[in-house]
Amino acid sequence: MQKFTEFADELRFVFVESDRWKWLIEGLGNTLKITAVSLIIGIVIGIVIASIRSSFDKNQETMKKRGGVGYNLLSALNSISKVYLWVIRGTPVVVQLLILYFIILQSVSNGVAVAMVCFGLNSGAYVAEIFRSGIMSVDEGQFEAGRSLGFNYLQTMRHIIIPQAFKTVLPTLCNEFIVLIKETSIAGYVGIMDLTKAGDLIRGRTFKAFLPLIAVALIYLALVTVLTWATGKLERRLRRNER
Amino acid sequence: MSANIIEVQGLKKHYNDGTVKALNGIDCTIRRGEVVVIIGPSGCGKSTFLRSLNLLELPTEGSITFEGQVITNPKTDINRHRQKMGMVFQQFNLFNNLNIIDNITLAPIKLLKMSKEDAEKKAMELLERIGLADKAQVYPQQLSGGQKQRVAIVRALAMEPDVMLFDEPTSALDPEMVGEVLEVMRDLARGGMTMVVVTHEMGFAREVGTRVIFMNEGQICEEGRPDDIFDYPQSDRLKDFLSKII
Repeated sequence: MQKFTEFADELRFVFVESDRWKWLIEGLGNTLKITAVSLIIGIVIGIVIASIRSSFDKNQETMKKRGGVGYNLLSALNSISKVYLWVIRGTPVVVQLLILYFIILQSVSNGVAVAMVCFGLNSGAYVAEIFRSGIMSVDEGQFEAGRSLGFNYLQTMRHIIIPQAFKTVLPTLCNEFIVLIKETSIAGYVGIMDLTKAGDLIRGRTFKAFLPLIAVALIYLALVTVLTWATGKLERRLRRNER
Repeated sequence: MSANIIEVQGLKKHYNDGTVKALNGIDCTIRRGEVVVIIGPSGCGKSTFLRSLNLLELPTEGSITFEGQVITNPKTDINRHRQKMGMVFQQFNLFNNLNIIDNITLAPIKLLKMSKEDAEKKAMELLERIGLADKAQVYPQQLSGGQKQRVAIVRALAMEPDVMLFDEPTSALDPEMVGEVLEVMRDLARGGMTMVVVTHEMGFAREVGTRVIFMNEGQICEEGRPDDIFDYPQSDRLKDFLSKII
């Protein structure tokens, strides 16, 4: 009984006193905002880059023959995409965040916005390769069948290839999102009050490490659990129409 | 309407900077209503030739004219002409993400702007014809090879093509399923469809074909009426080929 009262007292001290639980809420809010926006940025970048890269691979023979601006443009975009992938995947995300915050986007005072851009740019590189691997995993015959009916390249991608590719990449994509949620925990490096930073602030203020840090860990765990459950459900629904 | 539906002139297809010559100068004319059967040893370029006709393979040299349009001209909108050239593949290539009825109606709805009701009505008629109307709602994975190939033929027919190209349509099938697919093709030929068929089914070639083309090393080696080709082969290469397969 005494143990329990002690625990309740500590809980009250750590979270309730001075409304410190609100820090966690604020931190969680920022973590969710950063994750959601960078997820969208990442998917958009991913789709664009994957389309450029795979359409260059698939159409370069035809386009080269036809000549003209189209080929040069696509070829240039393909090279830019490759440089982007090389730089983003070749440097740590913390370094990217610091460079964006202190150098490139120095004039932007809103740290959360900088973090959104940073994690979005970072995630985009990985999502692009995930999408590209999905597109490449679809049998070439599916593509040829679409083209032979008279669909152009984009229509074939849209109606036939992408729906199949999406199903294949969903587990990997889910994995990338889980990584992203947890990766945002480094936002504290540039003074953004995310979930991790909030827990750490409480630790510093109360000199109690256990409760705030475990609370933070449990919240992340809960977020990832919900995400895993949701994608699992989506995956099963997409699979069901095949059987 | 001209009697010639496809005219091929000096068609060449080289790979690896010309070290591999898959097609080495082919001239050929296909007239409306013909059933042209292409035979030959493996690697002779017969599939490459067929796939060149709708530009799934891009020729290195030469020209292909389809219904009066030079489709090898880069300015030609090949997608429009492909709508009129149905193609059936060895590996069926039904769209795995769509059920049977959607496989058949996708192109008519999206490309011919047919209404969903009209397209489905027509698809059901076609499925009736091949006896698979009860499979309209299932996915390709649930069909046998022979059923898949019959659906693939019907999918191409839904676009009302002027010519049908068959790329070894029965080569990936279990032997007992070959008959059902050939039966559908025989029906088509009887209905007057122009067909170009790459196949190893010599019985089919003799019975249904109006002309047989024997290819060897990327060229047309011999061609003629089926009976002449099979009973009175002229070239040694064809004699040798026939002695091995019959």
